Amino acid sequence: MLNATGIDKRFGAVAVLEEVRLHLRAGEVHALMGQNGAGKSTLIKILTGVIAPNAGTLALDGAPIAPASPIAAQKLGISTVYQEVNLCPNLTVAENIFAGRYPRRGWGGLKAIDGPRMVRETRALLTRLNLDVDPRRSVGSLPVALQQLVAIARALSVDAKVLILDEPTSSLDDSEVESLFAVLRGLRQAGLAILFVTHFLDQVYAISDRITVLRNGRFVGEWTPAQLPAPALVAAMVGRDVALASAESADAAAPARPAAGAAPRVALRDFGARRRLNPVSLELHDGEVIGVAGLLGSGRTELARLMFGLDAADSGTLQVQGQAVRFTHPAQAVKLGLAFCPEERKSDGIVGELSVRENIVLALQARTGLWPCIRPVKQRELARRYVDLLGIRAADVDMPIALLSGGNQQKALLARWLATSPRVLILDEPTRGIDVAAKQELMNEVMRLSREGMSVLFISSEIDEVLRISDRIVVLRDRRKAGELPRGTSEAEVMNLICEPAATA
Amino acid sequence: MTIIDAMNPPPPRPAPQLPPESIWLRAARHPLLWPLVTLALILAVNASLNPGLWHLQWRNGHLYGSLIDIVNRAAPLAIVALGLTLVIATRGIDISVGAVVAISGAVAALLMGNESAMVDGSFTHLSRLPLGVVILGALAAGALCGAWNGLLIARAGLQPIITTLIMMLAGRGAAQLLTGGQILAIGYTPYFTIGSGFLLGLPVAALIALAVWGGMTLMLERSALGLFIRAIGINPRAARVAGVRARTITICVYAFCGLCAGIAGVIVSSNVKSADGNNAGLLMELDAILAVTIGGTLLTGGRFTLAGTVIGALIIQTLTSTIYAIGVPPEINLVVKAVVVFAVMLLQSAEFRRQVRALAIRPAAGGPR
Repeated sequence: MLNATGIDKRFGAVAVLEEVRLHLRAGEVHALMGQNGAGKSTLIKILTGVIAPNAGTLALDGAPIAPASPIAAQKLGISTVYQEVNLCPNLTVAENIFAGRYPRRGWGGLKAIDGPRMVRETRALLTRLNLDVDPRRSVGSLPVALQQLVAIARALSVDAKVLILDEPTSSLDDSEVESLFAVLRGLRQAGLAILFVTHFLDQVYAISDRITVLRNGRFVGEWTPAQLPAPALVAAMVGRDVALASAESADAAAPARPAAGAAPRVALRDFGARRRLNPVSLELHDGEVIGVAGLLGSGRTELARLMFGLDAADSGTLQVQGQAVRFTHPAQAVKLGLAFCPEERKSDGIVGELSVRENIVLALQARTGLWPCIRPVKQRELARRYVDLLGIRAADVDMPIALLSGGNQQKALLARWLATSPRVLILDEPTRGIDVAAKQELMNEVMRLSREGMSVLFISSEIDEVLRISDRIVVLRDRRKAGELPRGTSEAEVMNLICEPAATA
Repeated sequence: MTIIDAMNPPPPRPAPQLPPESIWLRAARHPLLWPLVTLALILAVNASLNPGLWHLQWRNGHLYGSLIDIVNRAAPLAIVALGLTLVIATRGIDISVGAVVAISGAVAALLMGNESAMVDGSFTHLSRLPLGVVILGALAAGALCGAWNGLLIARAGLQPIITTLIMMLAGRGAAQLLTGGQILAIGYTPYFTIGSGFLLGLPVAALIALAVWGGMTLMLERSALGLFIRAIGINPRAARVAGVRARTITICVYAFCGLCAGIAGVIVSSNVKSADGNNAGLLMELDAILAVTIGGTLLTGGRFTLAGTVIGALIIQTLTSTIYAIGVPPEINLVVKAVVVFAVMLLQSAEFRRQVRALAIRPAAGGPR
């Protein structure tokens, strides 16, 4: 169906893609795999006409094509859903789906947008996707997961032959992923070629018919899932063997936790805020990693934001090192040694046009205040140290952070907080959108830090991650604490607690 | 392991060797290049019409000449524009600076009063309060207006353009109220030094502008203020999460902008020896915004240059002087200025230059690129 061969792309002197090929067949789901910065996003941008390759050919149904813009690619039948939701939050669902090609009614020059028809057709489309959303609601009022599904609906609403999904599942929970997969299977049956980029290995094996792996901008190979078991896939992506089980050995090496009698580093008592989080009690000790599990909207992020002073709490107390505090600004939390990597990397995390170096020193400088300014030489030294330590792939610490890939931005944000040598680190979905190897490195780093005495609150929707890393697991449900589980709990037990009403029903 | 063996690992790519850049190439990409070229062009046009432009002379221990005149007249605008640069860098705007100029002048005039008496046999104007208090009062009035703007914007979350639009109207009204709708004459001679005096042979107003510029540069270089302001301008939410006191800094930046307008108001009222609630600083906000943008600061926030703003202010003032020197009739004065500013903006747009270049090159090449 869609065939790309010998694709080269360079930005300036840096070769991003070299001799890459990709062959999508009709009626298949094709997984495109690779580490952060392997060139997946660049390849997709070439396929969809966002950028032009320096060399190589694209062919659709055997005929060469050279889409000059995303619209041209869409006209050819190549539709894309990007990793970050690209919808207009102020428009309704229907308006977003029909953006740029509203159905018209009327005569001659007096053609009004046919609102009712748009709503009708949108509803039909959403029903096909098993989505229960009012087409007249504004997209901004929907949760991110639903926004993502609306974006997919938009991509499907044009008659697509090829559907490209760039990490469509990174903000979806399991049931939503399943409904998306049901849709994808239907589309596969209908003969669409689907390119699917993800970092979740289980999803690759759940849905894909073929896997293409890229590494360092080069084509590594194309396999069927049966030919390539998960460890081999990871090895192909990383270029070396990575023991997926290495966390287990790290667990064994973990030292005994402090005695139960020791005063907690952070203690929450009936801590909450109206409409955000029902009162929660929680203790976080020195060197302890507490995993927070729960569905989207269960109060995970709200808990982190309240603890860090981004939102104001209105009930209960928060104690840091035995001292009761009431934060009204994150700066106060930072001063007491708290650090917070937010979930929304783009809007709450990076400062896009500032350099990697400036992004890394920002929190440390903010804690120091206006004066004294960290000297540029010192800044560069600090940034280089963390770039090396966390393996951030940046050509230069003075390049704008927006040019880094998502996973490297995430690592740079972690670097920003590590530079403040925090005593309590709150990580909200730190592994979202980053590749397997980077995930593992990040988890290892977190465990190393906790062994050095740092307390970590680890929020993640991936239960296996939470299980591997945590000393205790706190489960949130419906904005309240559903329970606390000890280390060594099975995944099923956590799942049960996460969605108990459904389980008991 | 067979799969891995078959995967022929890519050879390490050699680091790209960039040729050392020539000084010309680097100069061509310098952000201040186009503002400087523009200033040179306008000066050249002025010089061709007014041969005396470059003529400087030392008279009575003062430096005289058309250029000095331009610099001196540009001083209030430069100071206002410098303050505005920081506001714009935080992705804000302040269109009340002209009104604040009027307020500050009016406050100064009121604090001095207009009494006169016979001293040592000659008729002398007196001031009700010492000069220092007068100046401090005027500056405080400016800073207060700015702080009010900042408070509404950072705390109450109002839009900068609306907030400062209100201040622009209310401030103008307050200035008129203070002056009783009339032009208050100022007679206290020591006050005149600020706007038309000389220090070490150089005009005091220009020296004040230089001091403001130098002080700001020092502050931005030596402290982390520049980093924080840029972070706020680019992504205020992320800046807050990182622990930057975004609101406090925003309020301070607006207050400083008001303070700068206050300084300009003192200079202007001292220069014309009166406080005019109706016309002092009228439309100055527009000139200031022009100066900031011509200098290369982005209105979308995050990127700013103080030197560019100073050059921008000089461009605007040179342009105004040139228009007068040419003898353009006053009624088409603004049209000429608008046309020139329009041309300057086009010249500075990288996109426009690229299109012109494409137009100029494509027919000549006559083939595929």
